[in-house]
Amino acid sequence: MDFSNLLLMRHELLLLAITLLLIVAEIFIPPNKKQSIVHLAIFLFGVHTLIGFLPVDENSLFGGMFRTNALIHFFKNVLNVGVLILLLQSADWLQEKIVNQNKGTEFFILLFSSLLGMYFMISSGDFLMFYLGLELSTLPVAALAAYETANRKSSEAGIKLILSSALASGVSLFGISMLYATSGSIYFDDIIQLISATDLTTLGAILFFTGLAFKISLVPFHFWTADVYEGAPISIASYLSVISKGAAVFILMILLFTVLKPLMQVWENMIYAIAIATMFIGNLFALRQQNMKRFLAFSSIAQAGFILLGLIVGNQLGTATIVYFVLIYVFSNLAAFGVVQAISLQTGKENITDYEGLYRTNPNLSLVMMLALFSLAGIPPVAGFFGKFFLFTAAASEGYYFLVFLAVVNVTISLYYYLLVVRAMFLRKSENPIPFFKSKIYMRLGLLITVIGILVLGVYSPLYDYIYELSGIFN
Amino acid sequence: MDILSLFILVPIITILALVFTKGLKQSRIISMIGSIIQLGMAINLVFAYFKERATNSDIMVFTKDVVWFKDFNIHYNIGADGITVALLLLTSIVVLAGVFISWKMNDLPKEFFVSLIVLSIGVYGFFISLDLFTMFVFFEIAVIPMYLLIGIWGTGPKEYSAMKLTLMLMGASAILLVAILGIYFNSDADGGALTFNILEIAKVNIPLEAQKLFFPLAFIGFAVIGALFPFHTWSPDGHASAPTAVSMLHAGVLMKLGGYGVFRVAMYLLPEGAVHWSWFFIILAATGVIYGAFSAIKQTDLKYINAYSSVSHLGLVLFALLMLNKTAWNGAILQSLSHGFMTALFFALIGMIYGRTHTRDVTKLGGLLKVIPFISTIYVIAGLASLGLPGFSGFVAEMNIFVGAFEHDDMFYRIATIVSVSAIVVTAVYILRVVGIMLMGPVKNDAFLSLEKVTWYEKTGILLLLIPIVGMGVAPLWLSDMILESLQPFIQGVL
Repeated sequence: MDFSNLLLMRHELLLLAITLLLIVAEIFIPPNKKQSIVHLAIFLFGVHTLIGFLPVDENSLFGGMFRTNALIHFFKNVLNVGVLILLLQSADWLQEKIVNQNKGTEFFILLFSSLLGMYFMISSGDFLMFYLGLELSTLPVAALAAYETANRKSSEAGIKLILSSALASGVSLFGISMLYATSGSIYFDDIIQLISATDLTTLGAILFFTGLAFKISLVPFHFWTADVYEGAPISIASYLSVISKGAAVFILMILLFTVLKPLMQVWENMIYAIAIATMFIGNLFALRQQNMKRFLAFSSIAQAGFILLGLIVGNQLGTATIVYFVLIYVFSNLAAFGVVQAISLQTGKENITDYEGLYRTNPNLSLVMMLALFSLAGIPPVAGFFGKFFLFTAAASEGYYFLVFLAVVNVTISLYYYLLVVRAMFLRKSENPIPFFKSKIYMRLGLLITVIGILVLGVYSPLYDYIYELSGIFN
Repeated sequence: MDILSLFILVPIITILALVFTKGLKQSRIISMIGSIIQLGMAINLVFAYFKERATNSDIMVFTKDVVWFKDFNIHYNIGADGITVALLLLTSIVVLAGVFISWKMNDLPKEFFVSLIVLSIGVYGFFISLDLFTMFVFFEIAVIPMYLLIGIWGTGPKEYSAMKLTLMLMGASAILLVAILGIYFNSDADGGALTFNILEIAKVNIPLEAQKLFFPLAFIGFAVIGALFPFHTWSPDGHASAPTAVSMLHAGVLMKLGGYGVFRVAMYLLPEGAVHWSWFFIILAATGVIYGAFSAIKQTDLKYINAYSSVSHLGLVLFALLMLNKTAWNGAILQSLSHGFMTALFFALIGMIYGRTHTRDVTKLGGLLKVIPFISTIYVIAGLASLGLPGFSGFVAEMNIFVGAFEHDDMFYRIATIVSVSAIVVTAVYILRVVGIMLMGPVKNDAFLSLEKVTWYEKTGILLLLIPIVGMGVAPLWLSDMILESLQPFIQGVL
């Protein structure tokens, strides 16, 4: 085997090495310096993220099980940046709460394993690798969701996540077996040639879709979302809603646009219906939420509904707009979760009413939150607007004007609840507001990166051009 | 840097400077300097425009075209014609006046001025955009600061009003987005590339079916912010709750975006749709004109009176635009300008009266002419301008509108025109009623006998607004010529 081929798996190998290194490092770190594992992990992952940006060839390995190309590579980098921001934002929480319980290293091992699973999932060239990646990306997160062992809700979140994802991947596997039964192959390249729209393949495709729909938390597979987000530690909720969802969207998109393209007639209608249901249910349920984590859970369900508008198109424009939207969504949602994390860590408060009068005591945090929410709501000139506008443009390009109309109705609904948080922070005055506090350097850095992302990603057009160019690969 | 982009750049620099200020004194000085520079630029633009026009006969001058998102053919494309120039002048005057009126903004002054200037960026950008996407971006930038401006610095049920206003306007802009996408994907009807460029699209024959489908969406999308009946309900609540400068900017400038957008986008790009649908929207607009006027009679809160009067006056703008002829359109633009100055002046005066007497209830006020003669006199003048007295801007505008409207010899148009004209009488009733009760008669409350004198910044703000009102009334021709000349290509496009 040619050694240079392994460079194609650079992301995977490097991350694996970092994980192993952390295990070893823990042995050598003296007990009174346990905190330094966090610094080490963040440093190593930062280096990993930087190395990831080096260009990579387009090729496949292991007889087509593993493949990579510029778009997949780009998306791995997006996930890396997301996880890096997440680590920066969670550093304080880890140092204060987790490392003392001697669970610091495990956190990183589990998190990185899950990320590794995602790499394999989006790089997969056949259904076996895909399934392995899917499982590897889900199981560690369930352990992480139950990480705050003293908190009953956290354990509940872990159980809920593991049960629902076990069900989902079971269903998905059932669908894969049907696709295999009809086409006789598990390799994507073969299936594209062999598949035809029969009843069995249709059923297989729908069941397969169900499995990923759980991960993206599309309606009607969204029931676990709010409870898990509420119970899990904020970093993990954030991970689920940003990284995990992003990776699932990406692989779903690739599979629908390539492998299942012959069945487009089927999934088009299905996605049309699910998009409408997801947008409305996500948005309407978000209206009445009091807890910030549940609020963001439903908001992220609604955002998934918007993503489907790009998915329905099934061409280069759809691919480009989805990747662009997810990229922006990563930054916006991480910013929102980051602020929730910072406040929760300092004061333990997580309700929207607790945020009343926040601007007058903590103006910077409030501004970050406002930018994040405006980006999620899609208000120019922040990035979210561009992501959403282009998604809608993609849908309209195929003549789905009515769907776009329903989507913009939903944007207006969503604006209402995003403004409720802005109202609490800026308009209201409180008897006992959250007192002024200064976050530590990691948290500030994490929020700063997201803010820069929110401000720049939209107006900086070469980025979109670049993504559009990359998106040609799958079409 | 071209002369138009400066209108975006200078406010941005002002905001950056404001970030580093501390306290009211610094922030208001910075805002004032920024706004004065803008006013200077706007005046300079008028002269530059005349000079340029003498040699350049393009539809738009001072154009600049930079590719933004090349895959969607989105450009940062700006340009100006006579209408734009006039509206930019209006905006810069009202913004400066607004800064003077907010001289004593004690609560979070820095944030207040930043929001105010963000709003003005949106308005400037909207007026100069020649690209639908860019225009839409600026449109939303202009709307969203209103939420904070009303919500934080407002009075009364401010949270309710702010939310209602924001949701209705953003909802409208969402509908507008569908229309813009519809126009965009039909812009290749003649075989060209898809484009957001307004001037390019105007040359394309968009299929009739698409025009019929998207014109109402585009029209409503813009007209909601122009207070089209029955979508005007955000306006009275919003105005009543907003702080003075915000009411001024909102009624004076922001609501003009509606008429301008209807004219520049809906009608120019979808002319056959406009012809097809005009009867329906004429009914709505005429209803708005008369409904607004009658509602104003019944109100006792000064701000509500003025807000409903705005609904009525701006209904007239939409009404005139729907008449689809040159005279009426000229009237519509003049009415936009005139109403902009006049209503901003009204809100400024109401703010001053409220600041002194702490009530806006007309029935509780009386004899103000004796105690605060300067404010009261100006109020009478603004009132007379509002009811269309010759010599003031309102007369010129309304005269053009009704003459234009009457050029149609169809019975439907005649009736609609007569209904709308009758609103002038009603306007006179509510204006004179307020003047009678509030300014004349005995002083009802002893506390009113020792009201604070008018300060220099208030006087400056008032004069800034009063001069154009009188100027437009006395010498309307240069402005009217500038507008008529710019209307020519649009008339050819539509009719």
